[in-house]
Amino acid sequence: MPEPVKPRVGLFVTCLVDLIRPGIGFAAVKLLEDAGCNVIVPQQTCCGQPAYNSGDRASTRDIALNTIDAFSGCDYIVAPSGSCAGMLRAHYPELFAGEPELAAKAQAFAARCHELVSFLVDVMQVEKVSARFPHTIAYHDSCSGLRELGISAQPRKLLASVEGLQSIPLRENDTCCGFGGTFAVKYGEISDSIVTKKCENIETSGAEVLLAGDLGCLMNIAGKLSRRGRSVEVRHIAEVLAGMTSAPPIGATADGPK
Amino acid sequence: MSVHITTPQFKQNAHAALGDAQLQQALGNVRVNFVERRASAAERLPEFESLRDSARDIKNHTLAHLDLYLEAYEKKVTEAGGHMHFARDSAEACAAIVDICKAHGARLIAKGKSMASEEIGLNAAIESAGMNVIETDLGEYIIQLRGERPSHIIAPAVHLNKDQVEADFRRVHTDLPKERNLEAPESLLAEARAVLREKFLAADIGITGANFLIAETGTSIIVTNEGNGDLSQTLGRVHIVIASLEKLVPTLADAAQILRVLARSATGQDMSVYTTLSTGPRRAGDPDGPEAYHVVLVDNGRSSMLGGEFQDVLRCIRCAACMNHCPVYHAVGGHAYGAVYPGPMGAVLTPSLIGVGKGGHLPNASTFCGRCEAVCPVRIPLPKMMRHWREREFERHLSPATVRYGLAFWAFFAKRPALYRIATSIAMPALAMFGKAKGRFKSLPLAGGWTRYRDLPAPQGKTFQSQWKARGGRVR
Ligand code: SF4
Repeated sequence: MPEPVKPRVGLFVTCLVDLIRPGIGFAAVKLLEDAGCNVIVPQQTCCGQPAYNSGDRASTRDIALNTIDAFSGCDYIVAPSGSCAGMLRAHYPELFAGEPELAAKAQAFAARCHELVSFLVDVMQVEKVSARFPHTIAYHDSCSGLRELGISAQPRKLLASVEGLQSIPLRENDTCCGFGGTFAVKYGEISDSIVTKKCENIETSGAEVLLAGDLGCLMNIAGKLSRRGRSVEVRHIAEVLAGMTSAPPIGATADGPK
Repeated sequence: MSVHITTPQFKQNAHAALGDAQLQQALGNVRVNFVERRASAAERLPEFESLRDSARDIKNHTLAHLDLYLEAYEKKVTEAGGHMHFARDSAEACAAIVDICKAHGARLIAKGKSMASEEIGLNAAIESAGMNVIETDLGEYIIQLRGERPSHIIAPAVHLNKDQVEADFRRVHTDLPKERNLEAPESLLAEARAVLREKFLAADIGITGANFLIAETGTSIIVTNEGNGDLSQTLGRVHIVIASLEKLVPTLADAAQILRVLARSATGQDMSVYTTLSTGPRRAGDPDGPEAYHVVLVDNGRSSMLGGEFQDVLRCIRCAACMNHCPVYHAVGGHAYGAVYPGPMGAVLTPSLIGVGKGGHLPNASTFCGRCEAVCPVRIPLPKMMRHWREREFERHLSPATVRYGLAFWAFFAKRPALYRIATSIAMPALAMFGKAKGRFKSLPLAGGWTRYRDLPAPQGKTFQSQWKARGGRVR
């Protein structure tokens, strides 16, 4: 019997992962390959959200067209971020409303775009992962993934298969962490108030590790936890699912967070 | 009358609000109570989600044929013996109401809760015409005593605690015994009731808002939990309804359908305690009711939103779910928005009322977390409309220069993948070197907006793309 043809998956690594924490990208590749995908990484930059959310539609369009072309040969486009996947999937088509040809192109592209964990579960039918992480974790549902893409059950399903991992409920798990891209800088004081509440909930949960699927939120949360002098570790869910947790957690060094 | 606007100072307002411990405590209640109640109300009703669709569709249909329904509504109001007044803006609306009050020789006017009246600055207009107006909703009454504006569209005094209210009552109700006990919240309510009861009886005119205006019958509907609306509108000689155009729905059945999502979204009740319908003045043989009935419909730029990218916000039924679920509202409260309508619906509506030049902060001060849209009973895409405002600002060069230049610099690279890869492959390892000792930065040039409040996690080292290339496209 011939081997089934592996889907060709383009990894949209996201600019934050590319620049700040490439380990998440490698974890994503491992998970995709384990799930039977053939992974390629076309040359790329950013999904365009900073421009889109600042009202700069023209730049966003240029970036979107570049991205669509770069991934033209892929069966699927997968990003380790609900926010960026939401941009590709839900917002790219909106950019070309009123231009039927480009809109159709963006629509066809969008339909092939997925967030990593939901792609593994919903498309590749992954039931479990082979990883070990003997720690208590709390999971934060990042906004775009949850509300634009309906990601909620999939990460919990795969986390449940991680050996030794124990999930602890997190109060207000579905409220925003206050990141919001440029919001965190433009309205830093308000953002600070929001992330402080998030950290308080994380600290009262008692979990050793905080996981989420978006590096933006994770950097915000990790940055605030360490500023508060807390030792809760912060990691992207892909690192745990891939069993690639030897690198220090986000915002920490090999000697531990403090 | 014009309304005092402090929206351009949103950041200063927010700063003050964040430092106000009492306010922060009050906001903590919004964050928990309203959210939990709505969630359980929605869960109890299996068809809740499809009711939301239907509420959205009813409103969309009405907006698509607003001219027809307005005409039909006017005809029915007139047939029932009422009078219609169309006001293009706040000044015209206030003038119409003041004229009616004067014509009836009014001295005291009892008012039910109405955001439209806040929008047009009605109380100030009535008072400067030499008449007195008393708010009859408990929350509105409290903030009237304090000379404030509502901080929430259904719970106007949500920013206050019991002790503050008690102090206000003692300050104002000077004819009551000083040593009276106002410890229990119920005693405050009872005192307000007693004071207000007298005013109801003395009032010449009752003014209410409207939750719905029914084209089919010319009826106005208000929902309250205190019953003050009924008294306001039935005890006076004249009943004036002040509402904005988008309150219209075609039929009573449509209103009944939307009522099923209104209270559930607002307070988590299945229905508000009182749902009061009024159609025209008292008819021969009616046991009670006003001698005259007027409807003042205010536009304030809404008709120019029809057919445009902000039309959807006219579906709003003022349930407040969007602000009850908004992390920014939870952080700063309603007054910080500096205009009449706070929260996500205010962030969309305010710029169209006061101009995006003045109101520009509001649609920007959002994380786009999308929770407002997720709970809005009429499914208004609030984040999308905030983004539309940002686009208008950007097109009109209203965004701050630092933001524009920063964005232009970033976009230059983001549009050029090859250049981006080279630049980042040099910059990131350098940055990683600096951050290596701690794994994070406590401060960093150009990142002060971030590091003022939290550490910035340092990059791991080489970028993903350069490592991927160096490894020939392999994980290990
Ligand atoms: S925008 Fe939606 S959620 Fe907000 S008050 Fe209006 S109807 Fe309610």
